Amino acid sequence: MLTLQCPYCGVMADETELSAGGEAHLKRFGPGSSDAEFETYMFMRENPKGVHFERWRHANGCGKWFHAARCTTTLEVFGTYSAQVSEPPQDIKDAITAKRPGWAWREFA
Amino acid sequence: MRRYSAFAIAREAARYHTGWERAWASPEPKKKYDVIIVGAGGHGLATAYYLGKNFGITNVAVLEKGWLGGGNTGRNTTIIRSNYLQDPSAAIYEKARSLYETMSQDLNYNVMFSPRGVIMLAQTHHEVRGYLRTAHANALQGVETQFIGPEKVKELVPIINIDGPRYPVLGGLWQPRGGTARHDAVAWGYARACSAMGMDIIQKCEVTGVRRDGDKVVGVDTTKGAIDCDKLGIVVAGHSGVMAEMSGFRLPIESLALQALVSEPIKPCMDVVVMANTVHGYMSQSDKGEMVIGGGTDGFNNYTQRGSFHHVEETVRALIETFPMISRLKMLRQWGGIVDMTGDRSPIISKTPVDGIFVNCGWGTGGFKAIPGSGWAMAELMAKGYSPLANEFGMNRFAEGRFIDESVAAGVAH
Repeated sequence: MLTLQCPYCGVMADETELSAGGEAHLKRFGPGSSDAEFETYMFMRENPKGVHFERWRHANGCGKWFHAARCTTTLEVFGTYSAQVSEPPQDIKDAITAKRPGWAWREFA
Repeated sequence: MRRYSAFAIAREAARYHTGWERAWASPEPKKKYDVIIVGAGGHGLATAYYLGKNFGITNVAVLEKGWLGGGNTGRNTTIIRSNYLQDPSAAIYEKARSLYETMSQDLNYNVMFSPRGVIMLAQTHHEVRGYLRTAHANALQGVETQFIGPEKVKELVPIINIDGPRYPVLGGLWQPRGGTARHDAVAWGYARACSAMGMDIIQKCEVTGVRRDGDKVVGVDTTKGAIDCDKLGIVVAGHSGVMAEMSGFRLPIESLALQALVSEPIKPCMDVVVMANTVHGYMSQSDKGEMVIGGGTDGFNNYTQRGSFHHVEETVRALIETFPMISRLKMLRQWGGIVDMTGDRSPIISKTPVDGIFVNCGWGTGGFKAIPGSGWAMAELMAKGYSPLANEFGMNRFAEGRFIDESVAAGVAH
């Protein structure tokens, strides 16, 4: 079972205590954007075999949203961090680089 | 290819079965093919088969990184039905179902298609209304289904408990011509027929890159060297996102793990397929006597081909109320497959931004039933550039807001 540490309340939460919220760091496009931008925001998703960033909610706990960096092939968790950022903090990036040399942060559309 | 027949069995019996030939050849790749299909699962092999059979295109290679039918083709719960709400879905799934009826004869390979009937249980009033609507839609689409009451459900499935209390059976959508088939035989049968037409099925050959000349595809790089092609069909289910990234475009797809499990074999007790979408569970009995149970998907992206255990628990917990007798069954095996989910839970059979590359993906949790129809449509699209069956399933539908919304229409378990 997947276990993530909630960065707000510090609890090591089992998957059953959490709800998955999909890809993190999406750029939001609203009214006035082009069709292509809106399609990208609404439907196009990064689907990497490897390092992935996601939104999670500590639903059956403190109720807060947070971010997690995770590997989709090994289910290894690189770390969890605040929801109030638009890209992962440096310590998360360093933790990923230590385990996945050559990995690079990319701009998510 | 030597035909399988009663005569062939008698002939081989008389000479100690020394004359059976391999069902398909395992050649080394050539330098160039007219068409390369990536993925030798059911959908990929069906695409190759109908390219040859319907359009005479036989200079085809089917590349498979693992072994033939080793992905979702061998991991599903083998259910075949076509009782969908939306017209484009009903058309392609009904085409597939009707092709399953004659598949064993067409391929000269026993796929053990068993039209035993499929019931989708209505266990809430919302579902009753939904399935009444689907039954009316199916009548207009020429798909034979009917809404039946709880007594009829009990008559068809004596082991069912229709009284609840939590999930009472209020009726069901009954498709008598739905059923099951042997899933790996479908892949093997298509592979044998493709090989007999002179196509190359190349296993243990992983595609590592897609070579383009400007906006046009010219070939692929593989673990067995570079291979040129005029057209490339990407039919790789859960790994569609990986192939799309290699090709230089994006897909509206996320890959999730979907699980199934089977019980110990027991005597025949249920001769139809029962789906209970409210509780995310569906069950049928295999010819070996095992109860085959399908569950729900995990909520997060995953390429591990296993799922979270608590989904098994949820599925079985809910099914026990409806089928009290399974509470004493031991479960033998559990496994997962990587399913490719689109935003509207309908597949993508489409041209792509790269000239010459076609994708067939997004079948999500319900691809097995569609294999022949999907191959038929994909082959037509690749050969002629247009297919009436595939037309509504283009990847541009997301930009245009023209969804084929089966996630709302058909419930979760496809």
